[in-house]
Amino acid sequence: MNQTPSYMGAPSTSGRFGDFGGRFVPEALMPACLELETAFVDAWADPSFVDEYRSVLHEFGGRPTPVTYLERFSRRCGLEVFAKREDLAHTGSHKINNVVGQTLLTQRMGKSRVIAETGAGQHGVATATAAARLGLSCTVYMGELDTQRQSLNVFRMELLGATVVAVTSGSRTLKDAVNEAMREWVTCVDDTHYCLGSVMGPHPFPWMVREFQSIIGHEAYAQLHERGVGVPDMVVACVGGGSNAAGIFAGFANTTSRLVGVEAAGGAAVTNGSPGVLHGMKSMLIQSEHGQIEEAHSISAGLDYPGIGPEHAYLAASGRAQYVGIGDEDVLEALQTLSQLEGIIPALESAHAVAWILQEAGRDIPLGSSVLLNLSGRGDKDVAQVRDILRDRQ
Amino acid sequence: MKSLEATLRTLRDSGRKALVPYFMAGVTEDWTHHVAAAVHGGADAIEIGIPFSDPMMDGAVIQLAAERSLALGTTIDSLCAQLSAQDLGLPLIAMTYYNLFHHYGLLRAAGRLSASGISGAIVPDLTLEESDEWRSVCDQTDIATIFLVAPSTTPDRFARLAATTQGFCYASARMAVTGRASGDGDASRVVEAVRATSDIPTYVGIGISSPSQAARASRYADGVIVGSALVDLILGGATPDDTERFIAGFRTALDE
Ligand SMILES: Cc1ncc(COP(=O)(O)O)c(C=O)c1O
Repeated sequence: MNQTPSYMGAPSTSGRFGDFGGRFVPEALMPACLELETAFVDAWADPSFVDEYRSVLHEFGGRPTPVTYLERFSRRCGLEVFAKREDLAHTGSHKINNVVGQTLLTQRMGKSRVIAETGAGQHGVATATAAARLGLSCTVYMGELDTQRQSLNVFRMELLGATVVAVTSGSRTLKDAVNEAMREWVTCVDDTHYCLGSVMGPHPFPWMVREFQSIIGHEAYAQLHERGVGVPDMVVACVGGGSNAAGIFAGFANTTSRLVGVEAAGGAAVTNGSPGVLHGMKSMLIQSEHGQIEEAHSISAGLDYPGIGPEHAYLAASGRAQYVGIGDEDVLEALQTLSQLEGIIPALESAHAVAWILQEAGRDIPLGSSVLLNLSGRGDKDVAQVRDILRDRQ
Repeated sequence: MKSLEATLRTLRDSGRKALVPYFMAGVTEDWTHHVAAAVHGGADAIEIGIPFSDPMMDGAVIQLAAERSLALGTTIDSLCAQLSAQDLGLPLIAMTYYNLFHHYGLLRAAGRLSASGISGAIVPDLTLEESDEWRSVCDQTDIATIFLVAPSTTPDRFARLAATTQGFCYASARMAVTGRASGDGDASRVVEAVRATSDIPTYVGIGISSPSQAARASRYADGVIVGSALVDLILGGATPDDTERFIAGFRTALDE
């Protein structure tokens, strides 16, 4: 008898999604990973924890975020496009969902400090925000190159009381910030939680972060039903590590919706990568013929990552979701298009998903399809960068 | 028993404390001369670091060494070819991150290491739980799989790690990556925890940067691993003679 496989449930006890995931960390960090797994399983089954997480996201985080019908954009594409407005969440992106969960968990574990990595600065700002709210001390590791690209976010984190450390090793971007945060975590696991920013890293992070982000998909599912749209033909989200995508996919993984993750073309781990082990997980990675991890290149700091969360690697391998790449030029174009047609300036990351819809409308996306777009963040952080790029061209 | 472990047990039975320096393969054109100098200086086994782009367990010194080595084009094949051309006459132990072996092919990697005279491997990001495949491949060759224990290791894990590690047990003195902390820290407690469940030779690393620290650790451990301090010396332009003197200083301290 054929049974429809069920997607996006709990991973295996060793943290595997199919062949991907697992736990590849120094022994010094193993006890902390095991402690975290136990604490998360316990908290997530505790109604009082879940209630608190939901009520903080409601009162502090601004949830539920709306679903907006993009009327003029839809007309342009010949589609029915609905945007899940994570750009309207507190701190300007979906990152708040994860950090509210993880900081509450930090407190529950009796730890007084969090560390985090950040690329664009969005996860760093969100972590600093949630830490300030609970009185946790906070240190954020950020690639030196990114501190320059996103200097306002550095100041935001400092305003929120966090310490920002510029990471000067390697490519000085997100992957190096993760390395540095892991190195730091070894020295302070007793009182410090590593608040990882995406669905990556060693078990239980990919699963835990997806669970904390799945509120996006569950809300959107209910919202589309309420407005009579039902299950959309397609769900599209940008993918760096893959947390906003995992969050929205989680609401639709066991429906008929097609799931599409849009990576930066210069960091397309599924399209151009191969299986490997990095940052505590087995996943798809962009690497050299010798297994050295390559640097990703993207206009958006948040997608400048040579890997992808292990559950996405599994969703790709199993065929449940599809992953595509979009280049910088199309992203810039899409950012302007959405701004001018809808009055929404998307984050450069989110603009990857917008660009793919624009590109594939009437091609890979049949005309008339209903599409749910995850607008993972707002573009405020990117306007200076975009202005400089556009001005240089005149 | 793997040949590495037989050798290291014999060494311990002879009453000699093991001195294991770490070299980053390919960090300079003459890196194998430094290795040979360490042998003359009194090393008992050599750790050969294979450079990886993202060394999560390493501090600034070994990161820099890895970057330099990669810029010089070091690969598993190139360093194995260089080692095959030597006969150093003592155990060589590879140390690197799992992705390199995974990418090379586990069986092929173990075979290549073994054919070039390497008899052990330390893979710091390969947890006990994820190690089945690598260990079974190493069992098809004569590569000993060496595990680390740390100050944070729990009693049940000490027992399982000490029972699984081959050759020796690598006791981290510190909750730190390489080169960040100096001194033997919690090492005596960590070594005792291993001893409580196993008689495997136990060496202290991560935090041993001077002969006096090495001597201190050797009072309770069977040997010491010296990494960043030596790599730093070589990055600073040391000659093989400098390396020999550096190692001889540790040898003297351990033998006193
Ligand atoms: C707005 C926005 N979207 C997406 C991402 C990428 O992260 P993820 O793939 O985990 O959603 C980031 C990361 O910084 C972001 O700021």
